[in-house]
Amino acid sequence: MSWLSILGDYTFQNVVMGAALLGIISGALGSFAVLRGQSLLGDAISHAALPGVCLGFIVAGSRNMGSIMVGAMITGGLAALLMLALTRLSRLKTDAALGTCLSLFFAIGVVLLTYIQGTDNASQGGLDAFLFGQAAATLRSDVWFMGGITLVALTVLAALWKQAKLVTFDAEFARTLGMPVTLIDVMLTTMITLAVVVGLQMVGVVLMAAMVVAPAVAARQWSRHLGGMVVIAAGVGVISGITGATISTLGRGLATGPLIVLSASAIVLVSLAVAPGRGILWESLRLVRQRWALHKNQILYVLYQTRLEQEEHERSPWLSRSAFTAFALYRLKRQGLLTATRPEAAAGKPARQWRLTPKGVREAKQVTAMFNAA
Amino acid sequence: MLEAFFNNIELQIMLVGAMVGTASSMVGTFLVLRGNSMLSDAISHSIVLGIVVVWMLTHHQSGPVQLIGAALTGLLTVFLTELLASSKRMKQDAAIGLVFPALFSIGVLLLNVYAHDVHIDTHTVLLGEIGFVWLDTVSVLGYHIPQAVVSMTIMLTLNLAFIGLFFKELKLSTFDPALAKALGFAPGLMFYALLMLTSSTAVAAFDAVGAVLFIAFAIVPPAAAYLLTDRLWLMLVLGAVISTAASVSGYFIAVHWDVSIGGMMAVMTGVFLLLAFIAGPRYGVVSQRLRRQRARGLADSRESALY
Amino acid sequence: MDSAVKVKHLTVSYHNKPVLWDVNLDVPAGVMAGIVGPNGAGKSTFIKSLLGLVPPLSGSVSFHGRSYKAQRKRIGYVPQRSSVDWDFPTTVLDVVMMGLYGRLGWIKRPGRRERQEAFDALDMVAMQDFADRQISQLSGGQQQRVFLARALVQQADIYFLDEPMAGVDATTERAIIDILRRLRDAGKTLIVVHHDLQTVTSYFDWLLILNVQVVASGPAKEVFTGEHLKRAYGGQIALLDESHRFAGGVADKEAAPTADDPAATQDPSFTASSFKTPPFTAIERAK
Repeated sequence: MSWLSILGDYTFQNVVMGAALLGIISGALGSFAVLRGQSLLGDAISHAALPGVCLGFIVAGSRNMGSIMVGAMITGGLAALLMLALTRLSRLKTDAALGTCLSLFFAIGVVLLTYIQGTDNASQGGLDAFLFGQAAATLRSDVWFMGGITLVALTVLAALWKQAKLVTFDAEFARTLGMPVTLIDVMLTTMITLAVVVGLQMVGVVLMAAMVVAPAVAARQWSRHLGGMVVIAAGVGVISGITGATISTLGRGLATGPLIVLSASAIVLVSLAVAPGRGILWESLRLVRQRWALHKNQILYVLYQTRLEQEEHERSPWLSRSAFTAFALYRLKRQGLLTATRPEAAAGKPARQWRLTPKGVREAKQVTAMFNAA
Repeated sequence: MLEAFFNNIELQIMLVGAMVGTASSMVGTFLVLRGNSMLSDAISHSIVLGIVVVWMLTHHQSGPVQLIGAALTGLLTVFLTELLASSKRMKQDAAIGLVFPALFSIGVLLLNVYAHDVHIDTHTVLLGEIGFVWLDTVSVLGYHIPQAVVSMTIMLTLNLAFIGLFFKELKLSTFDPALAKALGFAPGLMFYALLMLTSSTAVAAFDAVGAVLFIAFAIVPPAAAYLLTDRLWLMLVLGAVISTAASVSGYFIAVHWDVSIGGMMAVMTGVFLLLAFIAGPRYGVVSQRLRRQRARGLADSRESALY
Repeated sequence: MDSAVKVKHLTVSYHNKPVLWDVNLDVPAGVMAGIVGPNGAGKSTFIKSLLGLVPPLSGSVSFHGRSYKAQRKRIGYVPQRSSVDWDFPTTVLDVVMMGLYGRLGWIKRPGRRERQEAFDALDMVAMQDFADRQISQLSGGQQQRVFLARALVQQADIYFLDEPMAGVDATTERAIIDILRRLRDAGKTLIVVHHDLQTVTSYFDWLLILNVQVVASGPAKEVFTGEHLKRAYGGQIALLDESHRFAGGVADKEAAPTADDPAATQDPSFTASSFKTPPFTAIERAK
């Protein structure tokens, strides 16, 4: 198949559109979830969508996307509600409540799945696909449905942008302004449920967690503003969605969900490593340099102090014990800031005595002044 | 009598369920108390990668090699999670949400590629086949014992021995890691040992209940027990009791409705949790409400006595 | 005099920011020492780095002349109350027995003797009636007493206490100080992070004023001066003025309140990176 004929392929168009829609909605809403410290809420809600998928199937009697999505929304919402009840009304912490809801709803889903298998419904074959996603099975009608949900979610988000931003940043303050914080909380959670529903077909319920978290974490590396972060996250979501879906369509037999997730993870890795300013590579280099500088300053500072106090420099174990210090001394000597002498008097203790050179004194004075002024 | 047991499929399935539940809730108790419940989610998913890789290298689908391989994958997951979180670029939950889907994805794709050769498919990976544990037996002392019973016996013994031996150290490291470290008890090491056992238990339980249901067995019984008691040892005991009760009741309900046995056992752990949540003696919703009403009533009567 | 804690050139950094800068300290044995300083001065970090809970960038620490590892059993630690989860399923007696775990070593379980010791410690802090109580049912002051009892059973020679008087009622505070004094009189060394300047001179006989660097250390009566406090607390001097009066008129005229500076009173979260006064006598002499 040539590239052109793939692009013209009807199924492929559906897949790409679906993946792009998923990328937009999960990236945008995931940003809020991650910033609010609810990264794993998406995980719990998506696992909890499984019983809804089954119920939608049972009610409709066939693999009707509409009823399946509505079912997923309902059970996903119920799970979020149960989580809230468990954390608010009992001594369980968030993590335990999350794990409980996730595994229980999924277990109910498994039970329903086997129930449907027991009913010998001929069209049940497609249900397993919701575990890992099966992009190739996307119909044009599914894409319309996903597009509608995305549009609704983004419209609501745009309309309540200010409120959502403030509640995410400082819920306490928002409450003092008389904002309906709980309502906005509920709204943001509901919209994560919407994102999960859009992702059902593409990545399946098990891996949705990554689609909520990964684009947002990647985007956080590139932008300091919420607006920029949401846009970039949506972009990352679209790119990884399309990449994964394309590979999956080309290489038959590979599940779509894992491929999309791995694409997103790869983008996260690259972003974490090299994003300007926040990249871990730059950061760790900077950190090493800063630790050296601090240690160097301390040595100069200490030697300067002892000089001022006209004391014979004590052979403090501190100046010889650690390799870190030894290397720092060596470097300072190379830079011409220190000289080492071996006093003959100290018989049996050939420890070196370190003294500041005139250049070293100048530098030490600066360090001391800088430190005291800082 | 033993003969009768090994011919009784029902008993074997329930026994495996109870053992999976007990072994997982032992380690799960400490995860819940540490606030790391979701690590069981991460570990149980990413060991799929470990299982596939070990299978590709050695063609062992179970046994000690698999247990060790899984333990290492579990540790890798936690290590990567802590590495990401320690970079200060994201919180720990976001790191969990990044690491396990990635590792799990690689595992699933490898399964896709080698699906024809390996006996585990993605469906089993998620759900397990506890109903068929009696098909896969090994011969021990002339008896045909289900493989799952053997591996779960090993894990249950290991977990009980670990918690029995290091009960005091685990308690201190969980409650006050700073003091544990100051007293020289290496709380970090204890934590990683606990996670290795969690991973190995997840692998041993894997054929029976799969990745996701393992979370139910590891987290839900301890969570329910936590709502019922104020004693650590009692929490462990109650976790085991709830797991066993869920396995037995879940089995009969599943058979009655002809649905997934593992799934129904997990659902039953949830039923017990909800019972504890609503009707627990001290921390239940009902008793809390009653106590509050009584307190209010007392205050009212005091007030009326005053005037 | 034997020094209980000797610290040399201790520097601790968080990324590029020094949290503690070249701390040198010599605490004599048998004193009740206070550590004071503004928020973010590194008081808790200091204690934690002495106990090996926070890795230092450089420096050495010795307790009665030997390393922490060698002296572990002679050192007791009372962390901040908020550092643990009080919903943990355990009893008061059990928490107190945790103090004996170090002596017990690995694997060995606490027995009857340990229970008795824990009871005795609870008796000392007047909490024996609470022995079987679940820890989540305690008030803040009671939690603090339990932590103190846990340190008492350790029968250490040097005790580190991180803000033991924070958020406790007046009765508990008096009880805690009473116990600490008794320990000191028995020859133990106590090192206490403290936040209330008004009570410094009445509680402590030795003092460390810390703000990333050592501002001053020595006998409390000599060290607790307006000049030193002004250096440590900088802009917060308006707050301090009051405490000077309580401290017995040590305030000098130069440390007059900068009351017209509203930031001085409004910014209680005064951080280490913004201290302004040069805290080094040696340097001043050099100029």
